[in-house]
Amino acid sequence: MSHGLSFDIAHMLAGGLVLVSFLMLYQDRLLALLHVLSLHAVVLALSVAWQAWIQDAPHLFITAALALGFKAILIPMVLRRMVFQMGIHREIETVGGIGLTMLAGIALVALSLEVMLPVTSDVDPVAREDIALALSVVMIGMLMMVTRRNALSQVVGFMSLENGIILAATGARGMPLVVEISVAFSILIALIVIGVFLFRIREQFDTIDVEALDRSRGGQE
Amino acid sequence: MIGQLAAVVPAFIVLGVVGIVTARVQAGRVLVYGGSLVLCAVLLGGGLAALTGDIQRIVLPIGIPWVGGHLRLDALSGFFLALIGLGGGGASLFALGYGQSEHHPGRVLPFFPAFLAGMTLVILADDAFLFLFGWELMSLSSWALVMAHQDEATAPSAPQPGYVYLLMATFSGLTLLLAFGLLAGAGGGLAFDNMRLHAAGPGVTAGAFVLALIGAGSKAGLVPLHVWLPLAHPAAPSHVSALMSGVMTKVAVYGFVRIVFDLLAPQPWWTATLVLVAGGITAVLGVLQAVLERDLKRLLAYSTVENIGIIFVGLGMALAFRLNGFAAGAALAITAALFHAFNHTLFKSLLFFGAGAVLNATGRRDMETMGGLIHRMPVTAFFFLAGCMAVSALPPLNGFASEWLTFQAVLLRPQLPQWGLKLMFPVDGALLALAAALAAACFVRAYGAAFLGRPRTPAAEQATEVDHWSLTAMGGFALLCLLAGIFPGAVIDALAPVSQAMTGARMPVQLADPWLTIAPIAASRSSYNGLLVFSFIAVSMLLTIAAVHRVSRGIRRSPPWDCGFPQAAPDTQYSATSFQQPIRRVFGVIFRVRDSVDMPAPGERRAASITQRRWDPIWDPLYAPIAGLVSWIAERMNVLQFLTIRSYLSFVFGALVVLLLTLALWQ
Repeated sequence: MSHGLSFDIAHMLAGGLVLVSFLMLYQDRLLALLHVLSLHAVVLALSVAWQAWIQDAPHLFITAALALGFKAILIPMVLRRMVFQMGIHREIETVGGIGLTMLAGIALVALSLEVMLPVTSDVDPVAREDIALALSVVMIGMLMMVTRRNALSQVVGFMSLENGIILAATGARGMPLVVEISVAFSILIALIVIGVFLFRIREQFDTIDVEALDRSRGGQE
Repeated sequence: MIGQLAAVVPAFIVLGVVGIVTARVQAGRVLVYGGSLVLCAVLLGGGLAALTGDIQRIVLPIGIPWVGGHLRLDALSGFFLALIGLGGGGASLFALGYGQSEHHPGRVLPFFPAFLAGMTLVILADDAFLFLFGWELMSLSSWALVMAHQDEATAPSAPQPGYVYLLMATFSGLTLLLAFGLLAGAGGGLAFDNMRLHAAGPGVTAGAFVLALIGAGSKAGLVPLHVWLPLAHPAAPSHVSALMSGVMTKVAVYGFVRIVFDLLAPQPWWTATLVLVAGGITAVLGVLQAVLERDLKRLLAYSTVENIGIIFVGLGMALAFRLNGFAAGAALAITAALFHAFNHTLFKSLLFFGAGAVLNATGRRDMETMGGLIHRMPVTAFFFLAGCMAVSALPPLNGFASEWLTFQAVLLRPQLPQWGLKLMFPVDGALLALAAALAAACFVRAYGAAFLGRPRTPAAEQATEVDHWSLTAMGGFALLCLLAGIFPGAVIDALAPVSQAMTGARMPVQLADPWLTIAPIAASRSSYNGLLVFSFIAVSMLLTIAAVHRVSRGIRRSPPWDCGFPQAAPDTQYSATSFQQPIRRVFGVIFRVRDSVDMPAPGERRAASITQRRWDPIWDPLYAPIAGLVSWIAERMNVLQFLTIRSYLSFVFGALVVLLLTLALWQ
């Protein structure tokens, strides 16, 4: 198994993304969580840039720049402003058992590798590892959305999930640039919509704990 | 010529669009129905020409990729196109006048031409995609027409006509889709030509046959799939009821004939038995429910079920004869079935027009609230009588000719080797005889209750004759009923190319016989002369009238016998419910009829009442449990509507994990 340095670096960056996902899963303070989201996006940008270098696909550099600009800087900044405006920066949200969540995350990574590696046995090894790790990132993002009660951290989970999708897409050769740009902009629009909604929810219920929404709907809890 | 006929379909669609635009003005009605009338005339002419012409094909660049749109015009499709032209043209003519009273023309005008377009496309289609597309267009546009008067429909607890119809239409489309899937085989040739060449195994053939029987049967109204007919037909405006009953059920018959006689390889003998059993039960159960019905339009719908049964018995016999290599018998049976389909289009359209005219004049559908209409609407009453005689199979009208041919096929029964067929032929003969007798009773009752006696309500007393367009349409169909009854040989000869194509044989040439006699097999065996019967009836009737007038010197008027009570109220007349009472007693076992009388005690001031409850032998044991099960599941699922956001996310997440786990364990 000698794949050379380029494979190792790609592997390391993708693995780093999974690692940062775990950091995110562990982090229970909102501001720190936003910092981790920035880090997540930076690692993604590096990974995409490396893919651009080894695939000799210059348009991927644009993707990387987009990831860096939007996801590492703009979105965390906006979310951070929201946190301060709402005055919830000291809020420590209740997560159902961090240890258990981490264990579930590990199981998910194992599952992703177990599913993806045999299926993609005949493709380029770089893409293969990338896709398997990307699926782990997606799964951990979903796990985060399920286990958090605060709407803002659910948004963060969603953003990390989306990062996983971009990682998978860049690993596979030949994704057109227009798709990536439109995805990037749809994420921005999603951010605006979510931001508006968060403030509206806050106005109505004095909290952005989603349990309050359920109580208002008359849900059984 | 097929090009012109194919162009009729988009022309109908254009008319539908015109209907949307002009629904609010009077001219819209004239434009849409007048246009439909012209297009239907084109269909009639083209269809008749195609009966004797060669097979024509055309491949359109539309449709699904690599298949295109195949259209084909042969004798069979020509015959059914002519049926659509005839029935649709009559309905358009009737609607020119009848549509004036429509409160919501915007709900009817756009869909009426679309309905005709769908039916035409089904007949012309030569690949499964276009066929199913036309089929669904036909179903959906007729559903919209059924829904046109939904707001004035029945009580909320009763089955909703539109809902039941939509479900049954979807079901029929689904089964036909599966049937075509089986026919196409693994190669997936959707064009009918591929299916004709594709030789499937016996299991696949039988499966496709059963699916086609269910799919076409539920659209035609075979028991136990007929439940939507008595709900949907009365709910639609009357000219649409005529179209649905008279023409759409025939399109379903066409679908069955096309798949079973043309596309499928020869089937095992039990399939013919299945059709014979279904047809016989349909005929008897349909007419029994018609006898028990008080609503005039529902009665007509049940009578349609009966006639579909007769047609399917004919088709079943044709199948039985064909698979035993008895081509002459098969030709006789299929000719009888198609002739009856033609006749049913004529007289059932006529009867629905009459029911619509009565509905317009009195605002009533319940026969117990009519009565005496023969004095108020004499012309309608005369035409309706002609329709009643035709549907009751009285000579010299057309219903007799085709039912007589069907009985000839039953009696023909050569030594069939299979015990199932051997058993079913006499049984079906008996069932058809019973159905014919009950149909006569049913229509004597309908005509007597609606048109004879004294008016039972003020609404019936103030009825006035309908407009000339409606009367022209009814008169035209009544005349056609008479002509087809007097000259059945012309129709039989016209059907010869169809029978030749479907069974490989044809009936003997009838028009060559002297004096317009028809002889299905040989004149020595059995023959019928409609003209002779007609002349005999006409002459003897004239002689009787002359004799009566000579002896009695004109009409005498005297007070009717009144059971010793002077000034009896109209309510004391012999009613439709009284008439059906003996039949109800005999067949009440099947329907578990319960009469309960609520008699107030002496001194109480409320009115006495009698209520009749009836158990539906199909709906209650078959459909009610299904409906109950669905609503039970729906109630259990209702919890899912009220979960928290995180629960929904967890569901998505859980589903993903389960799928991935399955994938991981699968490998």
